[in-house]
Amino acid sequence: MSITDFVTDLLNPDLAFLPKALAIAVMSSIVCGVVGCYVVLRGMAFIGDAVAHAVFPGLAVAFVLQGSLVLGGAVAGVATALLIAIFSQNRRVKEDSVIGVFLVAAFALGIVIISQAPGYSGSLQQFLFGSITGIPDRDLYLVGVSGLVILSLVFALHKEFVAVCLDREMARSMGLPVFWLDIVLYVLVTLAVVISLQTIGNILVLALLITPAAAARLLTDRLGVMMLLAPAIGGTSALVGLYLSWSYDTPVGGTIVLVATAVFLAAWLLAPRHGLLVRRWRRPARHEPSADTRPNDETGVAAARGATAAVS
Amino acid sequence: MRALDIEDLDVDLGGRPVLRDVRLRLDRGELVGLLGPNGAGKTTLLRAILALIRTRGGRVLVEGKPSRPGRSAIGYVPQRHEFTWDFPISVEQTVLSGRTGRIGLLRRPGVADWRAVGDALDRVQLSELRGRPVAELSGGQRQRVLVARALALAPSILLLDEPFTGLDMPTQELLSDLFASLAQEGRAVLMTTHDLVAAMESCTRLVLLNGQVIADGRPEDLQDAEVWMRTFGVRETSPLLKLVKVA
Ligand SMILES: Nc1ncnc2c1ncn2[C@@H]1O[C@H](COP(=O)(O)OP(=O)(O)O)[C@@H](O)[C@H]1O
Ligand SMILES: [Mg+2]
Repeated sequence: MSITDFVTDLLNPDLAFLPKALAIAVMSSIVCGVVGCYVVLRGMAFIGDAVAHAVFPGLAVAFVLQGSLVLGGAVAGVATALLIAIFSQNRRVKEDSVIGVFLVAAFALGIVIISQAPGYSGSLQQFLFGSITGIPDRDLYLVGVSGLVILSLVFALHKEFVAVCLDREMARSMGLPVFWLDIVLYVLVTLAVVISLQTIGNILVLALLITPAAAARLLTDRLGVMMLLAPAIGGTSALVGLYLSWSYDTPVGGTIVLVATAVFLAAWLLAPRHGLLVRRWRRPARHEPSADTRPNDETGVAAARGATAAVS
Repeated sequence: MRALDIEDLDVDLGGRPVLRDVRLRLDRGELVGLLGPNGAGKTTLLRAILALIRTRGGRVLVEGKPSRPGRSAIGYVPQRHEFTWDFPISVEQTVLSGRTGRIGLLRRPGVADWRAVGDALDRVQLSELRGRPVAELSGGQRQRVLVARALALAPSILLLDEPFTGLDMPTQELLSDLFASLAQEGRAVLMTTHDLVAAMESCTRLVLLNGQVIADGRPEDLQDAEVWMRTFGVRETSPLLKLVKVA
């Protein structure tokens, strides 16, 4: 299908769901791209993963009660994010195992709830893999408004989030409310996940959060640039992915994620400074760092510290 | 007014006593070395001074007032591995991040903030690298970035946690000189270190700590081998004693 055909279909009033799906996919990809930068830089992909699974019972309840899926998912997701933030303060239990316990339990609960609704297997597939049909108008506004709120909060709290990412102890010593900033960030991640569920689906939403931000990280060493590139990559992937999905009749969520992954692979190979090809090509010309330039000593220690922090 | 006045400080962590009866005073102009084996409670003492942990008893006064995060004029330089060095951020922005609390929620850095950043970078001689990503710095340069970040608040007290660990001798000497001059300019500097020789050389005072303060005095006055043996739990044949010239 040519681009003109796609545009014609977008403007066709009989296919009104198509521009709506496109708007939601692009908006949620942009929001996920921005929020995903913190997720990637803080290495907290597991939070996104946990939340993505935990929103499922919320969706199921909303589905059974015929309420808004976005709202149902948001309530369940935020509750989970808060529980994780509070429980992970208790260092005796390893963070991942706490999250693992919640994650599986929540998913199981969702399956049990949704199985109570008649004809659930079709809707189950829709939740898990995303769909472009059947999106109510009110969700369009809900996603638009939530997206704006998320982006405004990111803009307002950016320097605090950065300070906490850089060095928690220092952030505490400056009097920043580190625990509350964590909670706000977790909730923002949750909301970004929830507004993306419609089109991308429960299983693949994590990719929307991580892949564009990770690709952007490969392309730049500047946070400001990264936070513009990631939503650009995400938004473009959504647009191209929806076009391809419509043309070749492939599942929309999977296609969008594959397009974003292609961008990531291209960045990984070709990035100007960190790309694989550039490093290969440059390696013989570059000397080993001098004694004073041990770039790995700190990271080694940091990794060791991460490992001990996890078990203690 | 004393820059720092710690009275009878007791700290427990995880239900176990870590610090007992710690009394420590610091005046401006002093460069004090805090020495002790691993697990002696050095980092814990710094965190207690910053009021980051609950104390069991005693008090910490900074410029005569109880220490409070974000309120007291303390510059903190944590161990280098506490910092996320692979974060995509420039030297200058990192130093500015030290003022995040001062700038305040929902506000952007102003002229005064950028001036403080410029002064701090000048002070540690990193102005030329201000735009460089921190990931591309050497260990010594990284240490200086962290010092500049602390200096961006124009603190009267500077707390340094193991600034020499993992650095080669020339870099250590450069940093030693920097810390000595930061103290001479009228700051009170407290530094933990495992580098006993450097501490004997450059510190105006040494505090030997192991759960409690075992000795406190000028390097040349700490001639009693017994206090070193007690602090570090070593025998009288230990080469450590030769290192600090008491055997
Ligand atoms: N969060 C914590 N919970 C329980 N014990 C701790 C904690 N942090 C440190 N400790 C204990 O306190 C003691 C002092 O630690 P620390 O101040 O880091 O020593 P140093 O910096 O002198 O090597 C150690 O025995 C350590 O195991
Ligand atoms: Mg320590």
